[in-house]
Amino acid sequence: MGEVLVITSGKGGVGKTTTTANIGAGLAMSGKKVVLVDTDIGLRNLDVVMGLENRIVYDIVDVVREQCRLKQALIKDKRFDGLFLLPAAQTKDKTAVSEEQMRKLCFDLKEEFDFVVVDCPAGIEQGFKNAVAGAERAIVVTTPEVSAVRDADRIIGLLEATGLKDPKLVINRIKPQMVKKGDMMSIEDMIDILAVDLLGVVPDDEFIIVSTNKGEPAVLDKNSLAGVAFRNITKRILGEEVPLLNLEPTTSWFEKLKRFVTRS
Amino acid sequence: MNIGDFISRFFGKDSGNSKNVAKERLRLVLVHDRANVSPEILEKLREDLIEVINKYMEIDQTALEVSLNSSVDDSIALVANIPILGIRRHAL
Repeated sequence: MGEVLVITSGKGGVGKTTTTANIGAGLAMSGKKVVLVDTDIGLRNLDVVMGLENRIVYDIVDVVREQCRLKQALIKDKRFDGLFLLPAAQTKDKTAVSEEQMRKLCFDLKEEFDFVVVDCPAGIEQGFKNAVAGAERAIVVTTPEVSAVRDADRIIGLLEATGLKDPKLVINRIKPQMVKKGDMMSIEDMIDILAVDLLGVVPDDEFIIVSTNKGEPAVLDKNSLAGVAFRNITKRILGEEVPLLNLEPTTSWFEKLKRFVTRS
Repeated sequence: MNIGDFISRFFGKDSGNSKNVAKERLRLVLVHDRANVSPEILEKLREDLIEVINKYMEIDQTALEVSLNSSVDDSIALVANIPILGIRRHAL
């Protein structure tokens, strides 16, 4: 029996889908059988981030309405044998699926897979309620901005109210240079405010845009600092103790060179 | 402060510790979010407070302030600043 993780944030645009894709690919890299579930009905994106948009035949709404079998709707990833995607419907809305249907779907999926990773839509309405309905663990993604942290706090409260205790935090798009100058909240600042456990920190990395352009999760590229951060997050999900990435801004060209060499 | 910092501050490029502003603003807004107290409720509370205190003391009603605050240990406190103009000899 597998486990159901939900990736949520409250605010849109903080990197939920990117995080879902990378955690999914990272878990599959570690040899786990993983299914990613896009619950953002009407605004599906996990398919394009994964580079699987051309393979969609059936979607999550077809499955819950029993217009196809669950297996028919699962899209196999190009890169990993154990990685699958259950896409959201694009032409329906969030009410097309109920919490009860989601619970059953998650239950059915975790019979087959080690991990069911649910990509939650932005907001706190039906889409959010559906996404968390079948989840056992929650990961909250935020960025070092007042709006994102405020929404994360609200989401943490709502998760705890639905019985999802101890959500874990992923801080995305941190800019070490700005933190050093005192113009961006640090990891400690955000942990202090939100009072939750940290799962990982992902530096702001232009490579994410490149990888999204290509539809290839950054976690596959070991030269991407964000990719390494996501790989560490995956290891922590699997129970490994991995220290946080050193994100001290590099000062000299020699240090930059040294870091480049040691990373590759 | 190194020369680079000095130069950027000299030319006014350094916004200087805006993260502390962010933290402070967040703290305050989260106190309200977490307590789930709307400005309307706070206003009603203010009116009720005036009514009760007015029985015993003469207060400056326009200067009376009621707000929620987080204290050092992160607990939420209701803070009221009530300027007294005079004590009534006999309660109204």
